Amino acid sequence: MSDLFEEDGDESAPESGGNAPEFTVSELSGAIKRVIEGEFARVRVRGEIGRVSLPRSGHVYLDLKDERNVISGVIWKGVAARLATQPEEGLEVIAVGRLTTFGGQSKYQIVIEDIRPAGVGALMAMLEKRKKALEAEGLFASERKRPLPYLPEVIGVITSPSGAVIRDILHRLRDRFPRKVLIWPVAVQGEKCAAEVVRAIEGFNRFEKGGAMPRPDLLIVARGGGSIEDLWGFNEEIVARAAAASDIPLISAVGHETDTTLIDFVSDRRAPTPTAAAELAVPVRLELLAWVDGQDARLTRGMTQAIGVRRQRLADLARALPKPASLVASAAQRLDIWGERLPKALIAAAQRKRLRLADAAGLLRPAALARAMRDRRDRLRIAAGRLAPGLRRATRDRQRELERQLGRLRVSVLQRDVARHRDAFDQLATRLAHAGTAQVMGWNTRLEALERLRQTLGYRETLKRGYAVVHGEDGVITTRKAAEAARSLEIEFADGRLKPTQRPARRATEKPPEQGSLF
Amino acid sequence: MSDTPVNEMSFEQAMGELEAVVGQLESGDVELEASIKLYERGAALKKRCEEKLKDAEEKVAAITLDEAGEAKGTTPVEGL
Repeated sequence: MSDLFEEDGDESAPESGGNAPEFTVSELSGAIKRVIEGEFARVRVRGEIGRVSLPRSGHVYLDLKDERNVISGVIWKGVAARLATQPEEGLEVIAVGRLTTFGGQSKYQIVIEDIRPAGVGALMAMLEKRKKALEAEGLFASERKRPLPYLPEVIGVITSPSGAVIRDILHRLRDRFPRKVLIWPVAVQGEKCAAEVVRAIEGFNRFEKGGAMPRPDLLIVARGGGSIEDLWGFNEEIVARAAAASDIPLISAVGHETDTTLIDFVSDRRAPTPTAAAELAVPVRLELLAWVDGQDARLTRGMTQAIGVRRQRLADLARALPKPASLVASAAQRLDIWGERLPKALIAAAQRKRLRLADAAGLLRPAALARAMRDRRDRLRIAAGRLAPGLRRATRDRQRELERQLGRLRVSVLQRDVARHRDAFDQLATRLAHAGTAQVMGWNTRLEALERLRQTLGYRETLKRGYAVVHGEDGVITTRKAAEAARSLEIEFADGRLKPTQRPARRATEKPPEQGSLF
Repeated sequence: MSDTPVNEMSFEQAMGELEAVVGQLESGDVELEASIKLYERGAALKKRCEEKLKDAEEKVAAITLDEAGEAKGTTPVEGL
């Protein structure tokens, strides 16, 4: 550079009043480019990322700035793809690259080869920002968290296939409850980490239940402890979103207890260590076996007790029930007593009867009997002796009385009585005939008088004098109104009844129903 | 009680049912016939739980990936 000025200075000094050389624009631009590219072929610059633009080309354009100045920057497509930290507005970074100029626009810019956050503080600030954004979206809400299956059949583990983490998980699973485990190998740090974890979560969710690659019932995303930069992949938004979108319940176990990464906020459960994740994933088999045994014992005890209680009650009730023997005992005793007394009573009764029989038999001696018969026979003989004279005397008395009565019975007396009675009868008969005739004649006279009176008072006599009676179907009609209402009329004369052949016309009915008008 | 047949229940379902059955039986206010039914159901549930607990085989496999990073198959993992 100094050569250029010296040479030019010597030759051109006289014309311009100095020794300043003269350049074309391109020469100067090229010279500047050489100087800048030569001087700043590799620089590290610290600044805050300003505006970032990501055109389709895949190149990334951004500004680096501090309080007073700005430098434009570009990250070529190939470089951008493998950056561990994607540029994000507001992030304080240390960019490594070279300066170059862009002569056509009188511009210079830094071509960035690598970019990293400017220390932990910068990373934490960015993490806070992401957390706020995702929280505002509701991705951390407790109601989004699903319960873990109690006993998953298949567990999907997303982690590095080598190293202590998977070993710890498998050991603890083996201790508690050996299960089927599918390991999806991923890089757990570096620029590939986030994309691979996302692919694994999505991949597992695409598996089908019972397929060749069985769909896990539970996912564990695990990584051992490390610096914040090492764990950074799990702070990437795409990882957090994939974990939130997983249909399979997911446990996150990234880093040590004190390290909290973004995925921990969206996972269904957060385990402080990979070992703890295995403990959350499955119950302890031996404890469950013991539990089942315990339930079995309780079941049996419960059943035994159910029966025992009833047996006890049955026994109690049975006790309260009087013994059958006691129910009949007193009756049996009474039977015994009476049974014992029965033969004795029988014997005593027989003896008593025998005694009375003996007494009676004692009186019944043949001699006494013969005497009694003799007495009776004697009395019979005396009575028989008195029988014949008695009969004769009674007959004689009756005969004598008969003859006396016959003496008084004479026919003339009877005839006189009959004649006297017949006269009295004849007299009475004559009187009766006279009285009857006179009474009947009196009744006839009265009857004829009454008949005459009846005939004079009856309406038929009136008919003979030229009057007539009008009958309707319901009896005698006495008014014009009734005659108009009647359906049929009949006129009675002294010598019989007549039905008018034609009902009077309306005109006729307007006149009073006189007999003359009908004829 | 759940309608799921006992031999299709998950361990957790069978476990919950078993607990309920034991509790009912222990409460003692079940009729004798019903308690016999409960006992039989409890025994079936217990058998189901034991089956599920017996089925505790460890099998570890790693997913193999193709160039695009998608799952291609599995390969057994031993010695971890």
